[in-house]
Amino acid sequence: MKEMTCIVCPRGCRLKVDDEMNVTGNFCPRGKNYAISELTHPVRMVTSTVRVSNRDNMVASVKTSEAIDKDKVFMVIEAINKMSVSAPCHVGDILIKNIFDTNVDIVITKNIE
Amino acid sequence: MKERQLVIIGGGSGGMAAAIKAYDEGIKDILILEKDGCLGGILNQCIHNGFGLTEFKEELSGPEYLSRFEDEVKKRGIEFKLHSLVTNITRDKVVTYTNKEEGVVEIKAQAIIMATGCYERNAGAIQIPGDRPKGVITAGTAQKYLNIHGYLVGKRVVILGSGDIGLIMARRMTLEGAKVLCVSEIMPYSNGLQRNISQCLNDFNIPLYLSHSVSKIVGKEKVEKVVISKVDDHFKFIPGTEMEFECDTLLLSIGLIPYISLLENINCPISSTKGAMVYDNMETFIDGIFACGNCLHVHDVVDFVSEEGRNAGHGAALYLKEKEATSSIDVKYDKLLSYVVPQKVRIPVKEDVTLKFRVRREIRNANVIVKSKDQVLSQTFKMVMIPSEMVMIKLNKDKLANLDDELYVEIVEKK
Repeated sequence: MKEMTCIVCPRGCRLKVDDEMNVTGNFCPRGKNYAISELTHPVRMVTSTVRVSNRDNMVASVKTSEAIDKDKVFMVIEAINKMSVSAPCHVGDILIKNIFDTNVDIVITKNIE
Repeated sequence: MKERQLVIIGGGSGGMAAAIKAYDEGIKDILILEKDGCLGGILNQCIHNGFGLTEFKEELSGPEYLSRFEDEVKKRGIEFKLHSLVTNITRDKVVTYTNKEEGVVEIKAQAIIMATGCYERNAGAIQIPGDRPKGVITAGTAQKYLNIHGYLVGKRVVILGSGDIGLIMARRMTLEGAKVLCVSEIMPYSNGLQRNISQCLNDFNIPLYLSHSVSKIVGKEKVEKVVISKVDDHFKFIPGTEMEFECDTLLLSIGLIPYISLLENINCPISSTKGAMVYDNMETFIDGIFACGNCLHVHDVVDFVSEEGRNAGHGAALYLKEKEATSSIDVKYDKLLSYVVPQKVRIPVKEDVTLKFRVRREIRNANVIVKSKDQVLSQTFKMVMIPSEMVMIKLNKDKLANLDDELYVEIVEKK
């Protein structure tokens, strides 16, 4: 029996998973998916910032388009920190396409005019 | 003096939602005054994910969430002034603001919505023994440095207080190469959301010490060391429990306080949330001045701020269209609750009323009962309620039709 807090949404359900992968304590179906994923193949959304080359004292926020392997989180941050963008940039612009062949992109989440 | 129908003070999530709603209900003469250089308020620095689940049924980062509201404001052509700081309001709704282009300006508003947000408690608010070196900084300030400007404030960090901003910053600074040594919380429970303890601390093996606080800061010029001790039931340090951490930064995440100095100046009644007292339409007890969002009570989820902003926008629009005097009843509650918003409800009730509150301690398997004169109006079962999560109870207007005595909210724990 494993216990964990669901991180899918701010509700934070307390989940229990038995040895046959039966999940209890989840309010919605996403909790079940989370618990199984967490025990078999944990993933995380990554959010960070990237330098804006033509603005002083300013960075632009970015995120992974989907959750990526938990053990790649620090590699993703390192890759983002090697990059920069130039303004104007907009929500949804792609900074890095298909990072580490994961089919996940790094996208800008902030409008800078 | 120039006149405006509706002036909204603060262009963050509450202010923008209020403006959009009031505009859509026919109030076209709106001015938003924002002290910062962009709309969106604190969401600009909240680059993490998890906003918008209720509002948009998807998970957005703070800047993405605010950009959707900003687009709606701009689409309607609602006027907003940036870098414009409101310095005073009066009971008859004269708003004084200042900016670089116009100098000091007074305008007469027919209605005002306060959407001024909250501020962080800082080191001055708690008495930490020891030295007063540099390197003691609130979590939100560190967040602004890192997420807006790109500066990491320290490399070895101790965090005092387990509020969500502190937890989020523990992860954020770890990802950017800092070593977060621990989070210490004086209460026996965390003040942050469970999911943040899980994904921000447990993911990175950052220890959380409950019932612990900083018993000493050591450092001549900069922070060199922080000592953490266990506290007893009266929050007194227990000798012999000291743990020393060599570090260069002490982050404070010790609570948020509604920012309401403008309202205090005009003697607006203040509730136990340290925000303004309001009716169910979000009007304060001063005629025509409304309030919403974190300047009313501190929220843990922005989606609920937007909803409250819309309530205020709707309330203000109705006020401007059809002024009518009504009477009101009080909202009271038992000692398991720390507050309820709103504090008064106007009668006769014409619309559904949402009661929002927090509990004083963790409560499992309990019924939330709302009654008036011993008549039960609503009963809602809650599996778990914790102090860090706001609870909302929606009351149908039909059930409130004949309301004429105070509302009472109580929690009955099941054995």
